[in-house]
Amino acid sequence: MSDFRTRVEGERPYLLRYAALQLRDRPTAEDAVQETLLAALAGEAAFAGRSNLRTWLTGILKHKIVDAIRRASREAPAADADQMEELFDETGHWREMPSAWADPDAALEQKEFFAKLEECLSRLPARTAQAFMLREHLGFETDEICKELGVTATHCWVLLYRARMALRLCLEQNWFGR
Amino acid sequence: MMPTCKEVSRLVSQGLDRQLGFIERLRLRVHLAICDGCTNFKKQMEFLRKAVKQLG
Repeated sequence: MSDFRTRVEGERPYLLRYAALQLRDRPTAEDAVQETLLAALAGEAAFAGRSNLRTWLTGILKHKIVDAIRRASREAPAADADQMEELFDETGHWREMPSAWADPDAALEQKEFFAKLEECLSRLPARTAQAFMLREHLGFETDEICKELGVTATHCWVLLYRARMALRLCLEQNWFGR
Repeated sequence: MMPTCKEVSRLVSQGLDRQLGFIERLRLRVHLAICDGCTNFKKQMEFLRKAVKQLG
């Protein structure tokens, strides 16, 4: 096995974890990673001169993830219930007022924080997580996300809103409220 | 009419995804000026964006 091949193969566990976090489906994540590794091996020349193999592979994988989401949304239209009602009372006030988080930027220096964030993401419904990661991690505009997921702009905003509300609660309960 | 916290939380989230209209921004600003809960919420949303960008 060539040296390049060995190095590419060595990144498989990292790529799989990255893909699984966003796709939320192990077999789909494995397919996306497999396609990425094949594309990488076929495109070794394109890598020449670049310094970071992981960054290069992740760049390819991001495209494969978007392709996978696109395929999945053609196959299965989404439906998930609204759980926001319990956060607010009938008059629209917070049942529990958000209080300030202590030194959130310090959390960004800690590996444990990101592990917790991943755990929180993994608890989101799949569609919600996909929309959120397309927006916040992969940096897509809302209209592009709507197209990928095959939903209206309004529904897209609702998905993103739900994701943010759920993640806020999860981080509050599992990190900032400690 | 003053927007509720529920509406404001929605506007804060949508403000991260689209350009809010003039009236929406005005309603948001008036509410945030007097509501600590929603002000904390808004900061947390901005933090969340920053954190998720750095993930991986």
